[in-house]
Amino acid sequence: MIHLRGITKRFGDYPALHGIDLDVAPGEFIALLGPSGSGKTTLLRIIAGLEFQDSGTVLLGGDDVSRTPVADRHVGFVFQHYALFRHMTVADNVAFGLSVRRGKGRLPKAARRARAEELLRLVQLEGLGPRYPGQLSGGQRQRVALARALAIEPRLLLLDEPFGALDAKVRKDLRRWLRDLHKAMGLTSIFVTHDQEEALELADRVVVMNQGRIEQVGAPDAVYMNPETPFVSHFVGETNRLPAPGGEIHFRPHEITLAADGAEALLVDNVFRKGAVWRAEGLLEGSGQFVELDLPSSGDAPQLGQTIRFHPHRARMFNAAGDHTQGETR
Amino acid sequence: MLPGFGLSFGFTLAWLTLIVLIPLATIFLKAAGLGWAEFVEVGFSERAMAAYQLSFGTAAAAGLVNVVFGLVVAWVLVRYDFPGKQVVSALVDLPFALPTAVAGIALTALYAPQGWIGQFLEPLGIKVAFTWIGITIALVFIGLPFVVRSVEPVLADLGRDVEEAAATLGATRWQTFTQVIFPAIGPALLTGFALAFARGVGEYGSVIFISGNMPGRTEIAPLLIVTQLEQYAYAGATAIAVVMMLASFAVLLLINLIQAASRRRMGA
Repeated sequence: MIHLRGITKRFGDYPALHGIDLDVAPGEFIALLGPSGSGKTTLLRIIAGLEFQDSGTVLLGGDDVSRTPVADRHVGFVFQHYALFRHMTVADNVAFGLSVRRGKGRLPKAARRARAEELLRLVQLEGLGPRYPGQLSGGQRQRVALARALAIEPRLLLLDEPFGALDAKVRKDLRRWLRDLHKAMGLTSIFVTHDQEEALELADRVVVMNQGRIEQVGAPDAVYMNPETPFVSHFVGETNRLPAPGGEIHFRPHEITLAADGAEALLVDNVFRKGAVWRAEGLLEGSGQFVELDLPSSGDAPQLGQTIRFHPHRARMFNAAGDHTQGETR
Repeated sequence: MLPGFGLSFGFTLAWLTLIVLIPLATIFLKAAGLGWAEFVEVGFSERAMAAYQLSFGTAAAAGLVNVVFGLVVAWVLVRYDFPGKQVVSALVDLPFALPTAVAGIALTALYAPQGWIGQFLEPLGIKVAFTWIGITIALVFIGLPFVVRSVEPVLADLGRDVEEAAATLGATRWQTFTQVIFPAIGPALLTGFALAFARGVGEYGSVIFISGNMPGRTEIAPLLIVTQLEQYAYAGATAIAVVMMLASFAVLLLINLIQAASRRRMGA
């Protein structure tokens, strides 16, 4: 469906992307995950044609669209701040892509209206067609934006931080709903996010980006369980780091076994309930490293000032160059 | 909303009364001293009618010119970064600060038949100075900042993503401009036009130098008022002033009503 080859981009002196290669299969739901400045939005915009790469090629469904302007790429794009046309009704917003179409493909007005109504039903905003965007809530506006993008029957749906401007509850509902819609419509979708939870929950595959490079591509489970670089280990999920000869050992807060003879000892200086577990934080005796641990909440809450002895039962070793050397079990 | 509507509204009313209504009311009072027949005779004389036509016509023409070119200037200032941008931005405001007579003298020097620009237009049979064209040019100069400063914030607020959204949906640049950008900034353009128009109708200093002031042909209404005053015809001057004021008020009220309707429609 999409094949990116050697995409590079600079903004003035600032290198935004260094030779990105990526393949996306039809029907996939892909997350571009990374901190701000990682190049994820730039990459999405290059796929859409809103930005052009300095070198490299973009293939969409077998066509080389490297120099094709956005209007001819037939790609649905959803913007973080909705980008709705405020002076148009919701129905006119949704039908915009149909009404600007020229030539033979142009539908008569009644058909355009019917199609807009159908899409509004699809995004569960039936009957809101005559309203103006200013009269809708944030979640509703984003769904209008989605309906508008879907109206042109895009071969590809691109979403730039689609839930970024929404509050937590709405975001969660909308996520699940988008997941269902993606499946039901058989879309190929790519979305950009800096929220690792969102990426892991929604995507078939997660593309972790950092400083204009792809750090790792994989299924959410693989990226979480087997991070290939220290950056991925740190950015996706929570990670504790222990200095080790020749590098660092990384382990998740829950990847530990409590043991009276454990090699490590945490001096607890903060405890809170984190969902189904107790989260204990503090410094390690000896190394003074800050560490977070998850302890079963079936037991009593750890006490402040208490020392917890443990050892990681699953961890990853990265050498000084950042290469993954081994997944060790102790 | 903050409480204190009563207090602030009362203050607004008192302030408007003091600053605007009382001075205007004295004009009406003075004009009322004329009696109806005489008021009509002075206020709607042939010379006065020609002056109104010229003043409102040139102000409207200048306002329209400014809508087009002010939009271009505002567009460049909002959308592009270039060296000297702040200087250009300050230049836009200069007509606000410059004594208008200075502008009038400068424009006359440029457009007079022997002037820098006028000498090239003269052989082509185009007369600018001492015609309505010259008046319009002076009013364009005076009105430019109103349009630029009205449109600029709205254009900045419109955001590039709206244009990009239109492009992803297959719109051409022209379709994007006519169907997305123009309707969104329309109300601000109308505001800019209204301000430039109002300023143009009342403008005096810059126009009298370039217009030539031929009664019935290039004599603007404000000048007619001054002429009356110089002949100690105070009541006649106020009669013309009253007609101008009512006409201006009608135009501005109409523009405000259109604005309010479009704001209601967008539901903001």
